[in-house]
Parts: sequence; structure tokens; C-alpha cells
Amino acid sequence: MGELNKLTISEARDRLRSKEISSVELTNSCLAEIDAADPLGAFVHKTPELALAQAENADERLSQGNAPDMCGIPLGIKDLFCTKGVESQAASRILEGFKPEYESTVSQNLLDNGTVMLGKLNMDEFAMGSSNETSVYGDVINPWKIDERNLTPGGSSGGSAAAVAADLCLAATGTDTGGSIRQPAAFTGIVGIKPTYGRCSRWGVIAFASSLDQAGPMTKTVRDGAIMLEAMAGHDPKDSTSVSLPVPNFEAMLTGNIKGKRIGIPKEYRLEGMPSEIEKLWSDGTEMLRLAGAKIEDVSLPHTKYALPAYYVIAPAEASSNLARYDGVRYGRRAALSSGDGINEMYERTRAEGFGSEVKRRVMIGTYVLSAGFYDAYYNRARRVRALIKEDFDKVFSTGIDAILTPTTPSAAFGLGEMSDADPVQMYLNDVFTVTVNLAGLPGVSVPTGFDKSGLPLGLQVIGRPWEEADMLNIAYSLEQSADFSAKPSKWW
Amino acid sequence: MLDLSFESPKPKTIPGAKYDWELVIGMEVHAQVASTSKLFSGASTEFGNEPNSNVSFVDAAMPGMLPVINEFCVEQAVKTGLGLKAKINLWSAFDRKNYFYPDLPQGYQISQLYHPIVGEGEVIVDMEPGIARKVRIERIHMEQDAGKSIHDMDPNMSFVDLNRTGVCLMEIVSRPDIRGPEEAAAYVVKLRQIMRYLGTCDGNMQNGNLRADVNVSVCLPGQYEKYLKTNDFSHLGIRCEIKNMNSMRFIQQAIEVEARRQIGILESGGVVEQETRLYDPDKGETRSMRSKEEAHDYRYFPDPDLLPLEIEQTWVDDIASNLPELPDEKKIRFINSYKLTEYDAGVLTADIESADFFEEVAKSCEGKLAANWVINELFGRLKKDDLSINASPMSPGQLASIISLIQSEEISGKIAKDLFEIVYVEGGDPNEIVDSRGMKQVTDTSAIEKAVETVINDNPDQVEKAKMNPKLAGWFVGQVMKATGGKANPKSVNEIVSKKLSL
Repeated sequence: MGELNKLTISEARDRLRSKEISSVELTNSCLAEIDAADPLGAFVHKTPELALAQAENADERLSQGNAPDMCGIPLGIKDLFCTKGVESQAASRILEGFKPEYESTVSQNLLDNGTVMLGKLNMDEFAMGSSNETSVYGDVINPWKIDERNLTPGGSSGGSAAAVAADLCLAATGTDTGGSIRQPAAFTGIVGIKPTYGRCSRWGVIAFASSLDQAGPMTKTVRDGAIMLEAMAGHDPKDSTSVSLPVPNFEAMLTGNIKGKRIGIPKEYRLEGMPSEIEKLWSDGTEMLRLAGAKIEDVSLPHTKYALPAYYVIAPAEASSNLARYDGVRYGRRAALSSGDGINEMYERTRAEGFGSEVKRRVMIGTYVLSAGFYDAYYNRARRVRALIKEDFDKVFSTGIDAILTPTTPSAAFGLGEMSDADPVQMYLNDVFTVTVNLAGLPGVSVPTGFDKSGLPLGLQVIGRPWEEADMLNIAYSLEQSADFSAKPSKWW
Repeated sequence: MLDLSFESPKPKTIPGAKYDWELVIGMEVHAQVASTSKLFSGASTEFGNEPNSNVSFVDAAMPGMLPVINEFCVEQAVKTGLGLKAKINLWSAFDRKNYFYPDLPQGYQISQLYHPIVGEGEVIVDMEPGIARKVRIERIHMEQDAGKSIHDMDPNMSFVDLNRTGVCLMEIVSRPDIRGPEEAAAYVVKLRQIMRYLGTCDGNMQNGNLRADVNVSVCLPGQYEKYLKTNDFSHLGIRCEIKNMNSMRFIQQAIEVEARRQIGILESGGVVEQETRLYDPDKGETRSMRSKEEAHDYRYFPDPDLLPLEIEQTWVDDIASNLPELPDEKKIRFINSYKLTEYDAGVLTADIESADFFEEVAKSCEGKLAANWVINELFGRLKKDDLSINASPMSPGQLASIISLIQSEEISGKIAKDLFEIVYVEGGDPNEIVDSRGMKQVTDTSAIEKAVETVINDNPDQVEKAKMNPKLAGWFVGQVMKATGGKANPKSVNEIVSKKLSL
């Protein structure tokens, strides 16, 4: 029976439906792998009993026939999702021991489809980070290793990426505010989808930057991503920014036929000093799409260079406000107070103890850019830049371009701790190819298509038209087939 | 329809040691929207429930919770805007006002700073017949109320009640057109009257459902007119905002006290600092709430959890076409169709229940008479028992019957008052009571003649005197009325007395 944990969603679905395997067997296989993978630091709250109960229910449902595609599939859930009765802390000390009395819409949608939750996955604190080093639970280590160094799995969905890459679960949920699904997917050789803003409900997902946050699937294959996205997505009246549009059967659209599709290659993404291996990855990918019948066209997104600064104004601004609720009054951690201390001491001490340094940095940046006298110079200007970036994409798509191909990251995974002394801006540069997509509200997917010279995985990003995830995924699927990326990290943990 | 013309009242002046000063007042009235659920959550808005029982996950700002706009609250705000003859903005948006306080769970209040739902309007504030102040409304926006912090239950701890958190408020912002303490109170009274007519706010100040922030400044005569001409605020004095007033009396006191404070500063060569102040009714003074250093920087920005609020003109038109008759219109109609004085019409239209009661009475009797009886007899009697018109033991039908009996001269005015008291206390059909208790007026002239003759025959001395001084005829009328137990028709008695005395 062995190694069921290595199955993809689509393989497992077929074998579950044919009764070749049961969800309980599949779940047990994953639970065993998770227990053996503590060194990776991916799972931070394990829920084996809940998982097995859900698996039994799934088996029951499968035995009745007509079960959904995701029925019986064991998943890991990013700690940013509120899961009823299970710790949900956004990897922050300030939410220590917080167990919500509600289930996020996305994880509820998955549960309604019969999925199994194996536990909660590590991440950067409040999804702020690109290396999974800001978590209160500690670092996540990338299952990929080329020497004795421990590498980052990327962030903020580092736990999700590591867990999927290491076959601890069949797939995982992630969230993406500036690249938090796509960058870790690229660093760990898996597929990560950021849907169009509004495709997945944000209700019950702990907010980082509301106008940018989107949940999405992190999977072993594009097909799995298509299957899982369909289960996660849908209009939610509890989220005013969720859009009332039918969710297509994404998997059914994966024909691999991209003949005549027009793919844009944005010249502004060719950064000065970009490593040659990234250049090569990109041109190889372009060639793969051309050979598959797509038309390759140079396009221009002239405001790209302003995207990162605009992002690092807007996201912290929203975060500074979104995180104001963590004040020690109603839930989560409250600092110990001495007699005579008042409300200000409680706020100061609670937030000083509860938040890590990256969160504090962003709350302070956000507070600054919104403050009187600076609002127009920073926040309003950043909003105008954001509008221009969206316009750039609108213009390109209005010429008939179907999708845009870019690298996902400017490098492969780097060593944990390597950036600790660097200027925080160095770390923020990880998002340079991904933030534009969030600012414009577009869908994007990272597909593993090659390696750097040391053998670490690299990904390409396909950016789609709004609400055209199906088309975007079909192009990603073609790329996946051409690249034939099947390497797995060798097990060292 | 006839419009009421009016003159503006004179601004209140306060004499200082050196000059006479005028007051300039603008108000921000916070009116709780009458709705069963909160602005962005489904939690109940019911008053007086156990602390923290009207609290949803959204109100408590649990992680990952999101606001969803309550359409009914939007409708109420639009209705209020229409009632204040204001521009309705089809596109409005919500902003976050950020500050930390335990009764503000989100750490921000969702409000509408940049794009309010209602724009410019106006309110006619009646001061006395023929005198009214037109107060311009700058805007109305919707916002969340905060919860309640309770500091006096425990020596070491504070408590927080979130029942009110997230309840929808309308903030009605006026231009600085109010010129005295009485006008300020009358302005709030008028707003409350309009909103009660509309059903958009119950106006209960005791429960905190209507509160006002008052901006007060003083200036020398002539400055205000310069401001009006140029719209340049520098012609006016520096204002202070007195926060959170929830009684008409305190509003008036606070304005007076604050104006005198400012005059004192100005006349001794000082400068008024723009700041937020609180009124202490016990000490009769206002005091600074926070210094400049402690002033909040609210870091307003558009709430990214909410899309801009877009409403359709047809929806607004639909609400407009279903608006009830408003106080000003009703008053004019009462004056015109019932021939009432402006004063009486004003009293009867003060609240919709009184107006409805009056109209019900006036259906079957003469309007002017009905107004007199409702205002003088019924309101007086209710006031004595501390009852509202809704709790009146006498129905409009009963009062109308009494008035009809007067009109048909079946009972006299004096008997009518007795009858009123009987019906008010004991209930019953006035017509039956009049019959069964023999209260009908004697209109049979032969019976009256007989009574007159008896009085004349019994009082020859008085007859002599009356012939010298015809005014004494009244004495005979009184004697006849007495003899008939007040039931004789006074008009007939008068005529017959005059005739018999050959006056």
C-alpha cells in the first residue's frame, strides 16, 4: 500500500473512487509522514483525531457514490485560516492559544467537499515575510537541500509549501498578499495559485492587507490546483469583496491545447543584474509555450518599477489598521500587568510582547504612511501608482494578450538566516515579480519548470486575465507538461 | 400650497466687559438609526439587554471577521437626507478612523469621511410664530457607534459592554448657522421631530440615541455677515468643540458657559485654543478633554473590506415617493385646512401622534374647536397625569363626540368640561352620558323664560338697578344658569333676560 502520501489529488481521487484505497488509509499515511517530519517545522498544530474522523466520514460519503473530487483528500491548512476549535494564530504570539468558534469560508468549503484536515501549517507571522523566519513557531526548513545549509521554503506560506513538497499532505491552502503562495511554491518545486481578487472568500482568514489578500491552493500539479481551487472558490455574502460569479470546472478546461494563445513577455521584468539562470529559465519557458503553439509577444508594463514601493506602502497601511484589534482586551495574549498599570501599559506591553519584529516594522511603516501630513505623499500616491499598474495590465490584455509569462522569483531558495543582517528591503525584493499581480487583483500561478545551477527548483509565473483562471491554468498546464518537472527533494529529515 | 414666511431671529449677544459678543454655533448630531440590527453585523440593537449579549463575531472584531453593510440602515440614512431636503450621493464610501480604546474592538471606527452618503440640506428651526432660523446641513454620514466602558464598578478594573458597538449612527453636521443656545436646542428638537416623523431615529436622548457635539465660537457683531458673504472662516472666532451632550438643557448651559469662557479669554487679550472640551453640569464649566499633544491622529483611509456604496436613483426616488408628510408641510396644511394659528398648528404637529389624534378628532367636528380642546383640555389633562398622547384614556372619537355636542348646542361649554372629566376618568360614550345624567342644555325657550321670570320676580331691587345699569344683566344670566344647573343655553338666556328686562 505504502507511500500513499506521495499521491496527487487527481490520482488519489481516482483510487478513492475505485475503492482501491480508503481515505483513512491515505490519512494515516500522511499522519505518519507528518510525525516523522518535525525537523521541517511545517505542521505546527496536528489534528490527527479530527483528521481520522473526517476521513471516516469521507469514506462513508465515497461509498455512497457521487462524492466530490476532493472527498477524502488530506490537506494541510495554513495557520492564517480560522478553523473551528483548532488553534489559529497566524503564527503570532499575540494569538497564543486562540481557538476560533468559527470556520473560515474557504476551509468550510473544503470541508463541505469532504476534505480531511491534517493540521495547521507554519507561516510567517501574520503572513508578513518571504522566508518563513518571522513565525513564533520557529523557521520552516525547505525539504530541498544541496549542502549542509538549511534553506528557506519561502514565505509567507512556507509551511504549506514545505509540507506539499515533502509529501506530508496531498495539498495545502495558502494565502497570497504579495507573492506568499507563488514564491514559496517556486522555492519548493510545487504549483501555487493566487486567484483573481474576490474569487475566494476572505471571511475567517486572518487579515494582513485586505485589498490584496487572496487564498489559493498549493499543490503538486496544475491539475490538482485546478481541482482544489474549484472547491475553495465561490461567492460569499459574508465578504463584501467576494464576487458573485459562477465557479467554472477548472479541471475540465485543462486540455493542454494552447495553439494560437498570445503570451506577453513584459520587458520591464528583465531586471538589471538578474541571474543568468533566471534569464534562461524564462527564455526556456517562453520557448516551451512557442513550441506548444502559442504566439509570443513582447509587451510593456511601464509602471512595474513602482510596484514594490507602492506595495510596501499599501500593505503596511492596511496591516497597521487590521492588526489594531490585537490589543489584549478580548482574546489572545495579554501581557502581565503590575499594579497601577493602566490601559496604555496593557496595550504597549501586550503588543510589544505579542508581535515579532517584522510585524512591528510594518505596523510602524503603515502608521507612518497614514499619519497626518504624510498621507498624500505616501498612501494616496501609492494608490495612484496602483491604479496605473492595473491600467498597464488592462492595456496589455485589451490588445488581445491572453496571459503574461514572468519568472516567479529573482532567485532560488536562499539559506535560512542569510538575510537576517541585510536591509529589510533586500528581503522585500523577493516579491518584485509577484506584487504587481496583487496590486492589479489578477490571477497568477507559479509552475516549477527548472533548476538553478546548484539543483534547486525554480518557477515561472503565468499571469492571467481577471476571472480567467481556467485559461491561465491551461497555459500553466501546457508549461508543466513541456517542462516535465518531476524531481522531488530527497528525504533527509 | 401656502408657504410660511418667517424672519430670522436676532443672534444672541453676550455683553462682555468691553464689547458685546455674538455666538456662532455649529453642531454634529449623532442619531442612532432605528433598525433592529447593526450597521455591519446581524447582531441586535435592542436597548437594555444583558451586557455583551448583542455581540456578533464581527462586533467583537474576532480575527478574520468582515463587515457587511446593512441595507436597511442605508435606506434610513437616505430617508433622513430626503427629510432634510438634502442631496443624496449615489456613490459614497466608508473610511476607517483609527484609534485605540477598549470599547472599540476593531481599533477603528468605520465611518464616511471623504464621501458621505448625504450632502447639503437644510432645516427650518422654528423659534416663535413668524420667527425661524434656517440652518444649513453640510452632510450626513453613517458610522459605527462604539461600545461602553464602565469605570465605576470596580476599584481596579474597567468593564466593557459591546452591546452598542457597531450600531449605526447618522452624524448630521450643520454649518455654523446657529446663533444662540436656545436656537441650538430648538435645532436638535427640530431634527428629532423630523427623524421621528420619518421613523429613522427614536430620538431618545436618555438612552444615548441622540447626542450632540457642539462647536462654539464668539465674534464681534458684523463678523458673521462677513463670513456668510465670503465663506471665509477667518472672520469668525476660534471654535471649541463640546463633546457628547445628551440633554437639551445641558446643550444650552454648555454653550452659554463656553461662550463666556471664550469672551473672558479674548477680552483679557488671550487666544482661544481650538480643542475638544467636556461640559461638567455639576460644576457648570467646560474643561479641556485632551491637550494638543494628546490629540488623536485618526489616520483615516478607505476601508478595504468594503466596496464603495453605490445606490440607484430609482431606489432613492422610490423612498422619496413614500416619505410621510413632514412637520413643516403638516403645519402649513393644518393652518390652511383647519384655519389654525401658526402657534396651535406648531403645537399639534410637534409629534406625529398628536397630529394624528387631532386630525382624527377634527374629522367629525370643527377644526378650530378641535384644536382648542386637544391643546387646552386634553394636553393639559394628560400633562397633569404625566401621560403621553399615546396613553390617552380618551379616544379621538370620544373627544369628537363631546365637541359635536357643543357645536350642536346640546351642551354648554361649562357642562362640556364636566363631561370631559367624566369621560376622561370613567370612559363611556359622551352622548349616552349626557342623556343618562341629564346634562343636555335647555334650549326650550318657554322653560328658560319661566326661569328668567322667577329670577326677575324674586329680585325686584336688582331689576331696578339693571334698568339703570344694563351691565347688571349678566347677574340675571348667572342666576338663571345656576337655577338650571348650567344646562340652559346661555345664548337663549342672554336674549330672554334682555327682552324681559326690556334692555
